[in-house]
Amino acid sequence: MKYRIGEFEEIVLLTVGILEDEAYGVNIKNDIKDRLDRKVSVGALQAALRRMEKKGYLTSQQGETSSKRGGRPKLYFRLTALGHNALVFSRETRNRLWDAMPPSLPHLKLS
Amino acid sequence: MVERPTPAPPKFALKIFSWFCNPAYHPDIEGDLIEHFEDNVEEKGLKQARRLFFLDVLLLFRPGIVRPLLRRNPFKHPTMLQHHFKISWRQLVKNKGYSFLNISGLAMGMAVVVLISLWVWDELSYNRNHENYDRIARVMINQAIDGDIQTSWSSPKQFAPALRESYASHFKYISTTSHFSGRALIVGDKTIGRTGMFVEADMPAMLSLNILKGTSAGLEDPYSVLISAATAEALFDEENPINQTIKLTTDELLTVIGVYEDLPDNSSFSNAHFFGSWKLYEQWQPDWVGWGNRWFRTYVQLADNADLAKVSTTIKDVTLNNLSEKEGARLNPEIFLHPMSKWHLHSDFKQGKIVGGRIKFIWLYGTIGLFVLILACINFINLSTARSEKRAKEIGVRKALGSRRFQLVNQFLSEALMITGLAFCFSILLVALLMPFFNEVSGKEISDWWSNPVFWLLGFGFTIVTGILASIYPALYLSSFRPVQVLKGSTQMGKKASIPRKLMVTLQFTVAITLIIGTMVVYQQIQFAKSRPLGYDQSNLVSTYISDKISEKYPVFRDKLLQSGFVEEVGKSETFITQTYTNNSGFNWEGKDPGLTEQFFTMRMSHEFGKTIGWEIVQGRDFSKEFASDSLGFVINETAAEYLGFDDPIGKQIQWGENENYHIIGVVKDMITQSPYQPVKQMIYFLDYDRSDVVTLKLKSDTDIAEALPAIETVFKEFDPVRPFDFQFMDENYLTKFRGEERIGKLAGFFTVLAILISCLGLFGMIAFVAERRTKEIGIRKVLGASVFGLWQLLTKEFMVLVVIAGLLAIPLSYNYMSKWLDNYEYHVPLSVWLFLLAMLGALMITLITISLQALRVAKANPVQSLRTDS
Repeated sequence: MKYRIGEFEEIVLLTVGILEDEAYGVNIKNDIKDRLDRKVSVGALQAALRRMEKKGYLTSQQGETSSKRGGRPKLYFRLTALGHNALVFSRETRNRLWDAMPPSLPHLKLS
Repeated sequence: MVERPTPAPPKFALKIFSWFCNPAYHPDIEGDLIEHFEDNVEEKGLKQARRLFFLDVLLLFRPGIVRPLLRRNPFKHPTMLQHHFKISWRQLVKNKGYSFLNISGLAMGMAVVVLISLWVWDELSYNRNHENYDRIARVMINQAIDGDIQTSWSSPKQFAPALRESYASHFKYISTTSHFSGRALIVGDKTIGRTGMFVEADMPAMLSLNILKGTSAGLEDPYSVLISAATAEALFDEENPINQTIKLTTDELLTVIGVYEDLPDNSSFSNAHFFGSWKLYEQWQPDWVGWGNRWFRTYVQLADNADLAKVSTTIKDVTLNNLSEKEGARLNPEIFLHPMSKWHLHSDFKQGKIVGGRIKFIWLYGTIGLFVLILACINFINLSTARSEKRAKEIGVRKALGSRRFQLVNQFLSEALMITGLAFCFSILLVALLMPFFNEVSGKEISDWWSNPVFWLLGFGFTIVTGILASIYPALYLSSFRPVQVLKGSTQMGKKASIPRKLMVTLQFTVAITLIIGTMVVYQQIQFAKSRPLGYDQSNLVSTYISDKISEKYPVFRDKLLQSGFVEEVGKSETFITQTYTNNSGFNWEGKDPGLTEQFFTMRMSHEFGKTIGWEIVQGRDFSKEFASDSLGFVINETAAEYLGFDDPIGKQIQWGENENYHIIGVVKDMITQSPYQPVKQMIYFLDYDRSDVVTLKLKSDTDIAEALPAIETVFKEFDPVRPFDFQFMDENYLTKFRGEERIGKLAGFFTVLAILISCLGLFGMIAFVAERRTKEIGIRKVLGASVFGLWQLLTKEFMVLVVIAGLLAIPLSYNYMSKWLDNYEYHVPLSVWLFLLAMLGALMITLITISLQALRVAKANPVQSLRTDS
């Protein structure tokens, strides 16, 4: 298997992709909260971001500094080609598994 | 709208975050944190936002974010590590002498700590083998006697039934037991002697005995018995012991129902080699045994939800409620529970309260161990800093080439770790060598200490801690040198640099001298107590217990012994003369203070017992068969005469119990029959042939003991073929009373020797260093005409002053501590000035010898050689 990403990592990667040029810490966090109603701590998010940067799924670029944020720069993340591939791979894996699921299971509602 | 200044997040949290965060991630994560905080302030208010901020910082403390501990993993890139060890090794090999002093000093210190730790571990693990360790207790009793509260754990056999009747819900198990008693275990014609106890059916479960064969249930049957595995092997070899029958001294045939694993040495029940049934033991007791006859023991295990302190308070009046009004009110007896966890270390009572016990030795030896280790560390520190000059150039070059300070610190730390690692290896060897001796001195049987992984884990941790402790100061000191100065050769290492070294040498000798004084005081105290006049003659005195078989025919038995030709006199008594602990109350006499709850120690005896032990009658006369009225006569000791308050006690009446009137026929000189450290207690001797089952023989002074004993044994066997002839010499028995103190003395002596050795090693290293540094100076002085004596003086004076200062510090310190120790003994040696002077003189002598060896060598050296070299 080529790519291994966890569920949380997948969500973070997708959100970074969605946000395009606006993907930095707090924005990602807020977006996950808005879309998925899921609370994420700064620590968990940052640890995941750095981890995936090391793996090469993300790159980062320092942004401008402003008077907001205590004068600290923003760090923008972008999805790399590798990261994109990982997402596609993960989706295809799921799809294949869903396709193999027998439709007759009574308590499953397939639509 | 006026813009308010944006509220700032808590500075403290930011600081903590910047401290632990990986610096590469720090700015932008901090930015995120602050932005998030600002959002929160708007949404949830300042207070909540601040709280959340702390939480966020806390949640950031996770791998991936936290700053890496080392810039590089030294085990992945071991170049520097290899380098450090290579340099350390070269240093070690180059300075063989110093390395030897360093490593041997540390090894000794560490060996002491390891030994003490093993000892402490053994002490603390006492009784923990019992599964219900924290729920087992023994029932003890406090009584007001003679104005004191006296505590004892002897109980009447009525405790257990009374507790079962009224307080059953508090207890899971209750058992009355006998004391440990030595018995002859007889199978067929095989007889072995073992100690054991008689217990109720609850006891095996309470002690969580590990049953190897058979069952532990069934001690309700008086004729059943449990035996330990070792006992089983001794009695039955390979045979299956279950359902075999044995006899325990008496004629009853008992069935072995189970075999249990022997209890370990550090259990209070390690002497229980068999458990007989309490029901059988009870049959042997007279019918009239009541609440006043506290001849037994009572053990309980609390119910699972019961609280010991509460239960203890609840049951306190059990005795009071059951004693008759007159007796009960007088002694105000209260019973309480003493938990198993305190039996071993906290079992000294004063006025009914726990005041300590063996725990004081744990503190004592723990402190000594710590000090010895500190001494060894000081050696290391002193030798390293003293030699710093030698390495100053190396440090200068390293710094000039770009070494950072922390890298140098690392280097010295790894050097120290290597040395402590080596020292630890040697200390383990040393411990292995010393173990038999240590076991003997401490009375322990510590054997397979090396097989315990916890030991090695602690050992390695301890090595690392010692290494860091010993090297942190030298490492910081050495790495602080300024390269320019060092390389130019103008190192500032004059008087200032040697002050800490001098302080540490002083500290070493303060400890060493304190230990010397302590050891001397302990030995003096032992000698003092040993030389105390006994009041009777112990030589050639042999005592043994006899059975009813002999007691019944005592007069014939005595005649037979006298006829054997080896025996001068034979007497019978209640207990050994060295252990007269039976006490009684209920005496009345003319002029007695009505408020006094009196207590006398009493001894039942035969007519000849006094003559046998050679007591000295100072007033009146000894018991005599010529006066039939002597059966109601008392012989009292001098202390008792004073206690009674009679000017002339002879002929005075004493009422004992309800209606028996005794009269005093004689006063005997005080004899030490209990503790040699305490004043003699008031004693009464009276005639009673029924309840005295110890026989004492005075052998003729010119007999050959090896010849006499077999002859005496034949007489014993003639009357009682079953019971082993198990005798004790009273002078040896008496010496056992000093064993505890002798043990302290020996251990203290052992540690003292080590402390002195370590200090001297350090001193030896120091003087060698000083001499080496001053080689040129000494050479010049010699050329200019200095005498060897003058040079010797020059070198030694400095250190002798330190030892004198150490002595002056040690004297008040040890005086304070030792006078407290001596206060434990009512009969103790006075602390004399001479002792302190002697100890100090001794320390001075040892120091002088140590440093003179080196100083003289240097002073006698040919100056041409020292001056020819240039550097």
